[in-house]
Amino acid sequence: MTITRSDFLKLGLGAAAGLALGAAPRSAAAKEWKVIRVATEGAFPPYNMHAPDGRLIGLEPELLQELSTRMGVKCEMIAQAWDGMIAGLTDGKYDAIMDAVSITPKREEVIAFSRPYASAGSGFAIMKEGSIKSLPGTGAPRVPFADEAAAKKAIEELAKPLAGKTVAVQVATIQNDVLNRYFKDILTIRTYPSGPDTFLDLKSGRVDAVMASQINIQATAKKSNGEMIQAGYLFTGGLLGVGSAIGLRKGDPELKEMFDKALKAVIDDGTLKKLALKWFEMDITPAS
Amino acid sequence: MDIAFIAQIFPKLLAGLPLTLLLAVLSLLGGGLIALGLSGLRASSWIGARVADFYVYIFRGTPLLIQIFLIYYGLAQFPAVRHSVLWPLLREPYVCAVLALMLNDGAYTSEILRGGLRAVSTGAIEAARVSGMTRLTMLRRIVLPLAFRQALPAYGAEITSMVKATSLASVVTLMEITGIARAEVSETYRAIEIFLCAAAIYLVLVTVIARAVDWLEQHLSPYRRPTGARSLA
Repeated sequence: MTITRSDFLKLGLGAAAGLALGAAPRSAAAKEWKVIRVATEGAFPPYNMHAPDGRLIGLEPELLQELSTRMGVKCEMIAQAWDGMIAGLTDGKYDAIMDAVSITPKREEVIAFSRPYASAGSGFAIMKEGSIKSLPGTGAPRVPFADEAAAKKAIEELAKPLAGKTVAVQVATIQNDVLNRYFKDILTIRTYPSGPDTFLDLKSGRVDAVMASQINIQATAKKSNGEMIQAGYLFTGGLLGVGSAIGLRKGDPELKEMFDKALKAVIDDGTLKKLALKWFEMDITPAS
Repeated sequence: MDIAFIAQIFPKLLAGLPLTLLLAVLSLLGGGLIALGLSGLRASSWIGARVADFYVYIFRGTPLLIQIFLIYYGLAQFPAVRHSVLWPLLREPYVCAVLALMLNDGAYTSEILRGGLRAVSTGAIEAARVSGMTRLTMLRRIVLPLAFRQALPAYGAEITSMVKATSLASVVTLMEITGIARAEVSETYRAIEIFLCAAAIYLVLVTVIARAVDWLEQHLSPYRRPTGARSLA
């Protein structure tokens, strides 16, 4: 048999068709969930992180275990980089994401959210002996963006010590949005693909401060032997959203129902509070 | 595919083009100097040749991504580095990226140069010696031009691969074409359109470079042209 150019063409077309079929959404077949695949970053302590032996640990893996028992469905957790995580969900690589994802209007255009399971503020981290020694508003009650006068005052106070400095933030996060909206003109924003890298560069002195979730900052500060501290006002609401929730595809309303029910159960019976105290050392349970 | 969205994303990505080009040009210049240095070292002595071999072995044998990570995050771990006079430079992600690209390019280019030098025929060298040229004149007029011409196709490939390698600089916060593309993807979740646009920009860049190298190769090889064309040239 002689191989001609058209044989190759047929082969190529066949392979392309096979790929296209394989990539087609499989939602039509399975409405009854046997296994739910949940993506997380594995690098966002204490929400989720890798244990030295490679297991995923943190609040979210344990919470997912609780939810799995209550839903009676097996849940598998897989690690996935944050940039591209939402695209992977809509493409059907997995069925849900649990990575301290805050509910924001922009994200709600693309994906659905369960009810929130954590609500914390966002603020700045600095090095005790670093280029910024302190920020105003440390220890003050959290400032909700809804209270415009208070938020404006807090931002103005922070603008003075932060002027001309470089602030690190993880790319495409709500904290990134806050920096872009309120601080863009006075400081340099440097965006990182992953959260821990921002703290690494704060420690080495490449950046002067990090903006991140309060819980994230506290977990990192605790490991720094007091070298790194949370400083300045903490913000909530507005661009920062109403809390973290499980991200789902819009086409899976029954999955949202299952997760919402299970979440309500763990909030009502105090399981979530117990987990939060274990991992965060504070109660971040949203109102039931 | 959404044409309006693509029209809107292209200028955003093109804003990263100057940085991409600057990274590529600086690392090629630096890499070229390192390659010349390595060639000199190789010719100098037995020990020098071993040192050059070891350098090439290390930088060709490890992934560029890891070299970037080592230089950017690795060096910053040492207080000695953070307190040295070089820190104001190494503090900048830009400098670290150029340094890594440069060191890597130097290793590859020195091998390309070595191949080019080896390909210079002994006949040409003998003829030069017979006509009474000094070592330096011979190097300048016979060896280097011939070596350069022989190495050109391989070096052209190295230029294009360096242009593509600059995309790795996005992992150390540099907002070149790939960095902007990644940030836009995590903002808009439209991976296909954005990455295709970014790929198209690199493709155009690489095509232009490949054409330029082809032209240069033609220009430097008059003996390959048909006689008629040669008399015109």
